[in-house]
Order: sequence, then C-alpha cells, then structure tokens
Amino acid sequence: MGELNSPPGTPAALQRPRHSVTIEGSEAGFGVTRFDAMLNWSRKYSLFQYPFVTACCGMEFMAVASPRFDVARFGAEAPRFSPRQADLLWVVGTISQRQAPALRRIYEQMMDPKWVLAFGTCASSGGFYDNYTTVAGIDKIIRCDVYVPGCPPRPEAVLDGLLLLQDKIARGDRTPGIVKPRQDPAMGLVQLGVPSAKKEGQR
Amino acid sequence: MSQSVLDALKARFGAAILETHSNFGDDTAVVASDSWKAIGAFLRDDPAMSFELFVDLCGVDYPERTPRFDVVLHLYSVTHAHRIRVKARIGDDEGNHAKIDSLTSLWRGADWLERETFDMFGIKFEGHPDLRRILMYPEFTGFPLRKDYPAQKTEPLIAYRTEEEAGLPLGKLEPFGPDEGMSFGRKVWDTHGTT
Repeated sequence: MGELNSPPGTPAALQRPRHSVTIEGSEAGFGVTRFDAMLNWSRKYSLFQYPFVTACCGMEFMAVASPRFDVARFGAEAPRFSPRQADLLWVVGTISQRQAPALRRIYEQMMDPKWVLAFGTCASSGGFYDNYTTVAGIDKIIRCDVYVPGCPPRPEAVLDGLLLLQDKIARGDRTPGIVKPRQDPAMGLVQLGVPSAKKEGQR
Repeated sequence: MSQSVLDALKARFGAAILETHSNFGDDTAVVASDSWKAIGAFLRDDPAMSFELFVDLCGVDYPERTPRFDVVLHLYSVTHAHRIRVKARIGDDEGNHAKIDSLTSLWRGADWLERETFDMFGIKFEGHPDLRRILMYPEFTGFPLRKDYPAQKTEPLIAYRTEEEAGLPLGKLEPFGPDEGMSFGRKVWDTHGTT
C-alpha cells in the first residue's frame, strides 16, 4: 500500500493512520485501521494447526497443548487433522529421509497463507542425527518460518516461538526466525562442568 | 548356565562347532555357516533343547577380519528356561559372497530380522521368501551399517531445495555458541548473588 499521509495542517484527530495496527474505539464508536493490518491481526489469533508429530518432542507438544501451558491462550488450540484446513504446520520431531516425501506433500496440500514451525533441534537441523537416516532440517525440503531449538524445547520456548510467529504474521515478515533461550528456571540446581565442591562453596 | 546345550551341540555336530565360550554366563557357539540351518533345526526340535523363542538376529561387521561378517542369533527356551547365542562368520574382505541359509522356515519371526540384516549389511539369506529392504527405501544404494559406509553420507529420497529456491543458506550452521542453544549447562545467566 502507498503512503497515506494526510495533507499538512490536518488536525491530529483527523489524520490518517500511518503505521496503524491497532483498532481503537473512539468516542464516536468507530475505529480506523488498514485492511491488511486487520487481516493479519485476525490471522495471527486464529492459527489452525496441523501437528506433524514424529518423535519425543511430541511429549512437550502435549504439555504445550494441555492446561498448564495452554496454547489456547494464543488462539492456536484447534488441531486440524487435515492439512487442507490448517494454516500452521508444526513439525515436531525427527524427519527421516523416508518421511520427507510425506512431509512435503502435507505442506503442499495446505492452503495459503500457511506457516511452518520447526519444533526442536531435530526438525530444525537434524540434531545429532548427522548420518544416512535423517533430513538435516526441514528447511531442506519445505520453507520454515520459526525454529525452536532444544532437545526437546521447554514449553515456554515453544510459546516464545508461537509469539514470534504471531509477531511475524502481524508484520507480514516471512524471514525465518530462531527462538533465543530464556533464563532456565532450574539454574543453580544443576550446573554442568562445575565441580561440586566449588558449587558447595558458592552456596 | 546351560553348558549342556553347548556340550550337546559339540557332540552332535562335532567339527561344525568352531568354538564355544560362556563369558559372563552367556553361552555362545561359533558354528560353520553351511551347518547354520541344520543347527537351527536341531536347537528348535530336539526335546532337550526346545528353543521355541526366536529372540533376535543381527549382523556385525569386522572390516579387518576375514570372513568379514558375523551373523548372530539369540534363542530362548521357554520350556527349559535356557538361552544360547549362535554365531556364524561369512563374507570375504569386500563383503561379497556373504550368504547364509534363511531360518524363516523354522521360526516365522526370522522374516523381518533377516530383512533388516540384509538391509543394513547386505548379507543374503538364501531361501527367504521376500528378501527386500525393510528400513531403508528401495532407491537406497549401499549398506549403511557396514564400517566402510561413510558416516555422514546421505542419499535423500527427494531432492533438497536449492539455496536459490529457499533464498537463504541451507548448509549446516556452526555449533551453537555459548549464548545459544539449550539453556542449561552452557551459560550462567543470572547467578542470583551466589558468586
């Protein structure tokens, strides 16, 4: 869309929105936004997901979907077991070379607009399966929007990935993004590489 | 545990039993490959043996030895509660002529395990009703569990996207730096005043 600048001298209340992604009710009872912004806003809160679950990351996926972490808070709770009804493909787990044609067909059956989230290290890069069995990351065969590293990732990291995807949808950004780790809640309980005597001294 | 089984095998087959041992209580007989099926039939049918349960069958590659491969068979007798491991050595230096009799006519469960051993090592089981790959796809060439198969070689079933199609580099990234990857064990985020 082109620039929508108002003529100079227009009162502030009557100026056209430039980067508006908000919908505000005014005193007059109406709001102003751009159509594509509103469309993206509605898309990002109604992601119908297709879970392509192949491996142990599926346990964390169940945790994300269950009440404690509750992906329903972000409008992505409805799994569709037909790719034709889904617009977010969760690739959860290791993709072997034998599964690669099935995954690509599932992706091609989805309707546009569609997004892909790589759940866990194996889906993102193949992980430690650096051999004849495994596709070294689903981006070798289909496009991927968000990578969530972790083996498996914590549910919080998955929710971070979902929020990152929602942010990308709102901005219309299709460049891939990687979820950065947050602080580990168990830090200080287990610390690898630190001799236990030193750790005791630190306490 | 069941030294009597090894003794019975030696008494019955004599020179076809190349060596035996009972390391750690696991009775093992290394047998001549051409007696493989006859020994299997004896172990299953003899009332003192009665190995009804076919536990496992696999291959092992010893690339610096001739014959190169081991075929390893594990059996268990529910009747007598004893076990035995039977090995046969087959194949030349290049892995050619690695063939042995199939045991599918004795134990139905040998079917898929012999297919797996064929898939991974290229050992041919003569008399197998349906000897094709079971884990890898038919387009796959080579036998991945042989020691001379390159560890990082891949044979993709479908063509990968090119970097032009993807619009971004698709090579493997460098290993995670200290501020990336899994959040534990790598970096001290916040010491909470403990240092």
